[in-house]
Amino acid sequence: MALDQIVDGLSEVSCDVLVIGGGTAGPMAALKAKLKNPKANVVLLEKANVKRSGAISMGMDGLNNAVIPGYATPEQYTKEITIANDGIVDQKAVYKYAQNCYKIIEELDSFGIRFLKNENGDYAVKKVHHIGTYVLPMPNGETVKKALYRQLRRARILISNRYMATRLLKSSDGRIAGAISVNTRTAEMLVIKAKAVILCMGAAGRLGLPTSGYMFGTYENAANSGDGYAMAYHAGAALANLECFQINPLIKDYNGPACAYVAGPFGAYTANNEGSRFIECDYWSGQMMLEFYNELLSGKGPVFLQLKHLHPDTISEIESTLHKVERPTRGLFQQGRGVDYRSESIEMHISEIGFCSGHSASGVFVDDNARTTVPGLYAAGDMASVPHNYMLGAFTNGSVAGIDAMEFADSHDFAEFDASEVVKERERVMAPTTREDGIPPNQIEYKTRRLVNDYLQPPKVTRKYELGMRRLAEVREDMQERMIARNAHELLRALEVQSIMDCADMAAHASLYREESRWGLYHWRTDFPEKDNENWFCHTLLSKQDGKMASEKRAVEPYVVPIADDEKDLYDKQRIRASA
Amino acid sequence: MPLASYQTSVPVVVDDAKCIADKGCTVCVDVCPLDVLRISDMTGKAYMAYDECWYCMPCEADCPTGAVTVNIPYLLR
Repeated sequence: MALDQIVDGLSEVSCDVLVIGGGTAGPMAALKAKLKNPKANVVLLEKANVKRSGAISMGMDGLNNAVIPGYATPEQYTKEITIANDGIVDQKAVYKYAQNCYKIIEELDSFGIRFLKNENGDYAVKKVHHIGTYVLPMPNGETVKKALYRQLRRARILISNRYMATRLLKSSDGRIAGAISVNTRTAEMLVIKAKAVILCMGAAGRLGLPTSGYMFGTYENAANSGDGYAMAYHAGAALANLECFQINPLIKDYNGPACAYVAGPFGAYTANNEGSRFIECDYWSGQMMLEFYNELLSGKGPVFLQLKHLHPDTISEIESTLHKVERPTRGLFQQGRGVDYRSESIEMHISEIGFCSGHSASGVFVDDNARTTVPGLYAAGDMASVPHNYMLGAFTNGSVAGIDAMEFADSHDFAEFDASEVVKERERVMAPTTREDGIPPNQIEYKTRRLVNDYLQPPKVTRKYELGMRRLAEVREDMQERMIARNAHELLRALEVQSIMDCADMAAHASLYREESRWGLYHWRTDFPEKDNENWFCHTLLSKQDGKMASEKRAVEPYVVPIADDEKDLYDKQRIRASA
Repeated sequence: MPLASYQTSVPVVVDDAKCIADKGCTVCVDVCPLDVLRISDMTGKAYMAYDECWYCMPCEADCPTGAVTVNIPYLLR
C-alpha cells in the first residue's frame, strides 16, 4: 500500500469515560477513572503514541511547583501563584492542587519515578520562585513515560494510538455525548460515544512561528497544535483569559529551556551582555518576561544564562541533567556551536507566543473539579485554566478530572447526539482530500503563524490586531476552500492547521477584549498601557455564541487565602535596582 | 496552482546496516510524536519521510540496534 494512503471508513465504539490526549494529565486521568470503577470502560485516545507523547516525551528534569510539607504550605503556594498572576486567579482550584500534589508525588514515587532527596532522606527542594520554595529535581526523570505506561497496562486501560480527535458530540440538551476522531495514517473515521469526556490535549504550542523559521522547532512538543482549545470552543465551552499568552525565555534558535530552574539553584543566573544581573528572579512570569524584553531592546543585550563562574564539577552535574532529560538534544546543539558552559554563557531569546496554563493562566475554563462549562466535559493539564500548572499540576488535576468524570459517568446514561453532526464533520475533515488542486497545509500553516508573529506578538497594538485579523480571515478562506491533502499524513497536518487558525483568532479576539495591560509582557496593550483594576480585575471568558466568537467578564471568586495590600505587587518588582 | 517538490535535508538519519525494520521492527516509527518516520518499500529500512522534527530523541533512544541518529535541523543548528 502506498504511503499513508487514504482509506474510506467510518465506525463507532462506546465507552464510559473517554480521555483524549495521552501525555501527562491524560494517563493519570484514565488511570484514576479506571481505579474509581474497575468495571467501567476507559478509553485513552492519542494522536501520537502514549509511550512517547506530550510535553514529557523524554521525561522531565524536575517538579517546578511541589508543595512539600516542611518547605511550603498550600496557603503560601496559593498566595504566590495569585500574586504571580496579578490577582486574576480562582484560588479554590489552586489551593486544592496545593493540598493534593504531595499525595501525587508520593504516588509517582511508588510508580518508580525518583525525586532528589538529601542525606536525611527528605525531598531536596530548591528555591526558584520569587517568594517560596517549590522546585524538586528528578535525577531519573527520563523514566516518567515508561513508569506511567506500566500503570496503564496494569490497569487495562484501552489505548488507541494515532487517532486525532477533531470535534466533540453533544446532545440537544447540551450534555457531552462523545467525540469524532480520524486515524492519522489511514484517514478512517471513528466515532466514540462516551458518558464523560476529559480533554488533556496539551498547549497550543504551534501558534507563533519560531524565529529559526523551522515550523516544528517549537518550545512545546510540536504535536501540540491547540486541538483541545479548538474542540472545546466549537463544543460551546468557555475559555478563560486567552489574552494571557505564553512567552518563554529560551535558548536562542534551539527554542528549548536553558534551563534556569535546573541551573539556578546551583548558582547560575540570567545576565545581560555586561555580565550583570537585571532580574531578581528567574521564575517565568509575565513581569519577568517584560524585563527580559526591555533588556534585549535596551542595547544591553544579548541576554545570557551564565554558568561559567561555577565549579567545573557543578557544571558537569548540571549538564548531566540538561543533556539527558526533557530536551536531551540541548547537548548536541551546544556541541555543534562549540559552546562549553565552562567558558561561554548560553545565548537566550524570547520565544514566539502560545497558549499554555503550564506557565501562564489561560485555557479552557475549569472549576476545582476540572469541570468545563459543558456538562460531562472535563479538561486538565496545559490546556485547562488552572494557572502555572506545570507537570505536577497536570498529574494532580488529571487525577481530579478522572475521579469526577467517572462519578459523572456512573450516574448518567449515554447522551443522544444528532447523526447529521457526524456526516457534517466527516465532510469538513475530508474536504482537503476531495480537491484536485490547491494549497498544501504547510503553506497555509506557515502563513498563518507568520501573521501571528507579525501582528499578534506583544506589544499588542489595536491597529495591528485589526489588520492581522483581516489577513488571517483571508488565509482562513484559502484554508476552507482551497487546501489540499494528498494522503492521510497531510490530512493530519491540514486538520492541525485548522486548530492553529482557531487559536490565532481566539488570541486576537481575547486580546482586543481586555482593554488594559496586565501580566507584564503577556498582555501589554500599548493603547491601554496601565493596569485597570477598577474595570478589569476579572477573568475574561471567550465562547462560541450563535456561531460567533464572544467575550464576557467573569468575577474572580473570593480568595481562600487573603493577600495583603503590600504583597500584591511583589512580582512587579522584578528589575534589580542600581545600588548606591 | 500546480505543486512543486521542495528540497530539504532531514535531521533524522538511519544506518541501513544496523536497522532491522526489514525483520519487522517498527519501534522508531511507533514512538515518534510527529509521525514522520516510515519504512521504505524499496529498502525495507526506516527513513525520515517528512521533515517535521521536534528533535526530541525517542526514535534514537528507543531503537534496539542504535541505528537511528537525531541531528539538529539545519535551520536552527
